[in-house]
Amino acid sequence: MNVGTRKILDRSFTAVGIGSIVVMGIALLIVIVPIVFNGMGSVFFTGTIEHRNMLYNEFGKGNSDVLARENAAAGAYRREIYSMLSKFEAELESMEPEKQQELRAQYGPVRTALQALFGPLPGDPEAVLTRYKYGQTRWDKAQEKLHEFLYEAKWDYSDPNAMAKEYFVSRAAGFEGTSLVKLFPYVEKNLDRLLRPEFTVYWGFLTDSSVDSHIFGGIWPEIQGTFFLAVGAMLFAFPLGVIAAVYFTEYAQDGFFTSMLRSANSTLAGVPSIVFGLFGLAFFINTLKVSESKSVLAGSLTLAIMILPTIIRAAEEAILSVPKTYKEASLSLGSTKWNTIMTVILPAALPGILTGGVISLGRAAGETAPIIFTAAVSVGSAIGLADVFSSPTPALSWNIYNLASEHEAAAEIRHVQYGMVLALVGIVLLLNLSAILLRARISKKLKG
Amino acid sequence: MQMTADGRETSSKEPVKTATRDIYLPSERKKISGGGTPHVQAKDFSIYYGEFEAVKKVNADILSKYVTAIIGPSGCGKSTFLRAINRMNDLISSCRTTGALLFDGEDIYGKFTDEVLLRKKIGMVFQKPNPFPKSIFDNIAYGPRLHGMNDRKQLAEVVERSLRKAALWDEVSDRLDRNALGLSGGQQQRLCVARALAVEPEILLLDEPTSALDPKATAKIEDLIQELRGSYTIMIVTHNMQQASRVSDYTMFFYEGVLVEYAPTAQLFTNPKDRMTEDYITGRFS
Ligand SMILES: Nc1ncnc2c1ncn2[C@@H]1O[C@H](COP(=O)(O)OP(=O)(O)O)[C@@H](O)[C@H]1O
Ligand SMILES: [Mg+2]
Repeated sequence: MNVGTRKILDRSFTAVGIGSIVVMGIALLIVIVPIVFNGMGSVFFTGTIEHRNMLYNEFGKGNSDVLARENAAAGAYRREIYSMLSKFEAELESMEPEKQQELRAQYGPVRTALQALFGPLPGDPEAVLTRYKYGQTRWDKAQEKLHEFLYEAKWDYSDPNAMAKEYFVSRAAGFEGTSLVKLFPYVEKNLDRLLRPEFTVYWGFLTDSSVDSHIFGGIWPEIQGTFFLAVGAMLFAFPLGVIAAVYFTEYAQDGFFTSMLRSANSTLAGVPSIVFGLFGLAFFINTLKVSESKSVLAGSLTLAIMILPTIIRAAEEAILSVPKTYKEASLSLGSTKWNTIMTVILPAALPGILTGGVISLGRAAGETAPIIFTAAVSVGSAIGLADVFSSPTPALSWNIYNLASEHEAAAEIRHVQYGMVLALVGIVLLLNLSAILLRARISKKLKG
Repeated sequence: MQMTADGRETSSKEPVKTATRDIYLPSERKKISGGGTPHVQAKDFSIYYGEFEAVKKVNADILSKYVTAIIGPSGCGKSTFLRAINRMNDLISSCRTTGALLFDGEDIYGKFTDEVLLRKKIGMVFQKPNPFPKSIFDNIAYGPRLHGMNDRKQLAEVVERSLRKAALWDEVSDRLDRNALGLSGGQQQRLCVARALAVEPEILLLDEPTSALDPKATAKIEDLIQELRGSYTIMIVTHNMQQASRVSDYTMFFYEGVLVEYAPTAQLFTNPKDRMTEDYITGRFS
């Protein structure tokens, strides 16, 4: 091969390599930026008085005096609305039936939009679902709702060859000639006085339980559930994995049986996680009956089986990378094999073993499929430690999917979904970071 | 044929020069009281790696409290023989032995021999310094702790005594809690000697203990061997003939697994009986 060709080949490798790294970096950025930005939005946002009322009523948070003053101030403006409404309703009574019917048809959506903005109106029956007890808690959502209040969305189907177009019609126009026409500019002009937006830092998002399936409140049940499941999985898988690795590296004789075990382990590492989920259901719940139905215990065991091969492999690598000379030194001092393993080999292999462990912990925290059948429920409160043997739990990974696709108000709670994703990504990153730090620390200690 | 080195004292000899190599025999060596009894005895002792016979029918008595050097070209089975004595070869699954190897008259490879107890009595220092990634203190205390010593004060005494014996105390006494891997190569090797001494062995096996060290550190180890001579039975593998002549009382010359000659060091280096030995020590092959 001549020099020119060689150079071109080398360069093309560099170019392709850098190119693919850049593409991956950009892709990652595209994924991560909205997650971080929107996820932060569930903690840092502009909250309304409805949010503060909700916090006070549901969680007992906030200062009642301040809140009473705020409610009084906002109430003054709201009463104006209510009086406009009752005035208009009285007006309606005196109209001729046809006109009245037409206006009533338009008036219904107006009331609904007002309820969405400010919560129940006077005369409304007591709301059963908590979500109907409050207006918009977030200012950005309130502005969307304001638009819905001011304009009616309509679809233009006139051109059969093109997709229908959405266009907006002012609701105020429909009430021309009635007293209600003044309501629309009033609400638009005074929205901030009606809702009193304020920059809010809501750490409770991470520590509060959810209210009315995540319409309000936080994601603590999910965080705690994820924590229970992942830690539970580690409690089973870590000791077992390390013991198995010690067996493979120190005790197993090379032979058919050992190579069978090894390839079984490798195969297990490649099994799709949904299969583990089904296995967990069939084995732990239906056969062993570790719990009556889904439970944290069953989920942890399933996750443990799933991460076991990874832990075994990582521990095996770590043990094999311990210099043979340590073992020789220990044995030559009259140490038993067992003692050598416990006092020399495992401590020296610890950084690698722990790294493998923490990475597996992250994987256990993030997996969805294995817990669908064995441990996860979509809505639930945080469970006590004593309940892990019998109760299922909400978990971040499963509820991210559930809130985004199966929740009846999925579009209303995007911020919660993003917040959960960010929390999960954060937990996994934190775990990996701590693995790196831990490893560095122990390695430094070992190297002196 | 049982090779027993005769002429047990090699003191008060003038430094001797051979034709092609400078061989220095220490003129001043301390007298050894007691000792001189067979400590390790090999009887038709062979070691195999699978089918390959690495050490062939060795017959020899290693005498207690003296320093015995093992020399020979690389691959001749020196390490294999040395490691057989404290059964470090057990780590190699293909390795097996025939004949007998006795320690204080008891078969090292006997059915009921506890290799762990054996290794406690027969310590070893390896070619490359191999301290544990622990503190200096913990390195020395490792053996005593293993054997049940837990009292901190007692341990501290053992650590100091061992480090003093290994001539390392003055250099490390102020940093016993530092990681042993931070020591220089020579210090690490003396630490390994101290670590071996801390379990109070009867025999010390040294497998090319200075091959990874610079001359200064080498000299220290050699001095150390002189210090320990008379208290322990020492066997040292070396491919450095000057070293063998400097530190040892007896020398075994191996060639291709066969113990060719075993004699008092002065005799072996000045007046070898075997043609092969002569060729080797005069540097005709190595
Ligand atoms: N683990 C082993 N497996 C097979 N053969 C070995 C092994 N270790 C050493 N040998 C062989 O045994 C012979 C003696 O080796 P060794 O005792 O290490 O020699 P020396 O220490 O004298 O250089 C050499 O031929 C070597 O190739
Ligand atoms: Mg060797």
